[in-house]
Amino acid sequence: MMSVIGKYFIFLGSLFGKGEKLSVYWRRFMEECVGIGVSSVFIVAIVSTFIGAVSCIQTAYNLVSPIIPVSTVALIVRDMQILELAPTITCIVLAGKVGSNIASELGTMRITEQIDALEVMGINSSSYLVLPKVLAAMFTFPMLVVMAAFLGIFGGYLAGTLTGVITERDYLYGIRDSFVPYNLFFMCVKPFVFGFLIATISSYQGFFTQGGALEVGKSSTQAVTNSCISILVADYLLAQLLL
Amino acid sequence: MIEVKDINKAFNGKAVLKGISSSFKEGEINLIIGGSGTGKSVLLKCMIGLIKPDQGSVLYNSRDFYNSDKETRQAIRREMGVLFQGGALFDSQTVEENVRFPLDMLTDLSATEKKERVDFCLQRVGLEAAGKRMPSEISGGMKKRVGIARAIVMNPKYLFCDEPNSGLDPLTSVKIDELIKEITEEYKITTIIITHDMNSVMEIGQNVMFLYQGDKLWEGISSDITKTTVPELNEFIFANKLLRDAAKENENK
Repeated sequence: MMSVIGKYFIFLGSLFGKGEKLSVYWRRFMEECVGIGVSSVFIVAIVSTFIGAVSCIQTAYNLVSPIIPVSTVALIVRDMQILELAPTITCIVLAGKVGSNIASELGTMRITEQIDALEVMGINSSSYLVLPKVLAAMFTFPMLVVMAAFLGIFGGYLAGTLTGVITERDYLYGIRDSFVPYNLFFMCVKPFVFGFLIATISSYQGFFTQGGALEVGKSSTQAVTNSCISILVADYLLAQLLL
Repeated sequence: MIEVKDINKAFNGKAVLKGISSSFKEGEINLIIGGSGTGKSVLLKCMIGLIKPDQGSVLYNSRDFYNSDKETRQAIRREMGVLFQGGALFDSQTVEENVRFPLDMLTDLSATEKKERVDFCLQRVGLEAAGKRMPSEISGGMKKRVGIARAIVMNPKYLFCDEPNSGLDPLTSVKIDELIKEITEEYKITTIIITHDMNSVMEIGQNVMFLYQGDKLWEGISSDITKTTVPELNEFIFANKLLRDAAKENENK
């Protein structure tokens, strides 16, 4: 276990070793932003909208009390979205989509000698292949999470008003009630950290794949599992540190 | 000239290379032959810097690859072209981009100069019409040819080929062998080929080294290989019944 962690940190160090031309990194960064960020918009939109809708309905179901104002449902949906559901659930979904993609891509490159080909040319393969993915994840994940939070709250609005559990007026009042702007900062810090963890852990799993197609599959599964665990641990630590 | 001196390599305590020493002549085709699992690919990887030997040195025109500074190592790397067993083409890039890749990464040539060089290399391997295709859209033989084009795009002094004929039909194998031979002669490259294809040995091999269980058992020129008295090499050469029968026929004459 300790040797794996040590190897992971050495791997992280190698990302910042001898690099290539800046123009090369810029091009790779933009490609990865599209591959990691833009291609995840659809799944994030679907997941967050439905989570927002479900959280609104379930919160309303549990808050049947004459002494609690109905607008509290919207307040709870908002805070759940901003503090936990948008950053954490979105990043767990992204760990599945992006993490497995990174691990299988690098794993396949390893077993088909494409990484060897880079190294023979004298190119720092980890820096060339992995650093743009890490930066792209840290750059695009916060944007996806902001979008997820907005769509989650909007999903709650749609579900609440269409089913009649809350009026439009109460919902709009609730999402503005007792708003703490600091929570938005907290919401954006989380995906920044989770993006780093998902991209580096998945890259590590893929980069050191040995064997054949079976091992690429195993690396991919391991990448998702380890990314999810690290997200949950980091989520707890961030909550302790920043709230 | 490339020299390897006393190369030793073990994995998990199991010796894979046991004190291999040899020199590979400039401008000639040097073959490393042997059965599967005898350490051929490990030796090649030690020579190109992908696996560091436990002991020994690799010298490129007297420059020690493993005991020199980063700049020298980088300079040596830029003089190498490597054709990997499966081609090792980048899946996300077209044929043209694959060949241009070393130029993009390692040179400051203008776009026009790069295009000219890429066109020339693709033409040299007979793939001028396939530049826009993706690696997944071309055959195994074409992948090898793209691999050769990428290996020679930087005008290498040393060309390493890891089983260039594996997975190819006999006709395509011969064409790939001929291409490597032509390129070696044309550019006076020192070529090192890992193979267990006896056709290649007889057709294009000039100098041959035979590895058996991590040891060098025989070394010489290819025309002498059938006269060997090394039993392991004889067994390797005459594993093919056709060759065995031909040899017997020659003996009877």
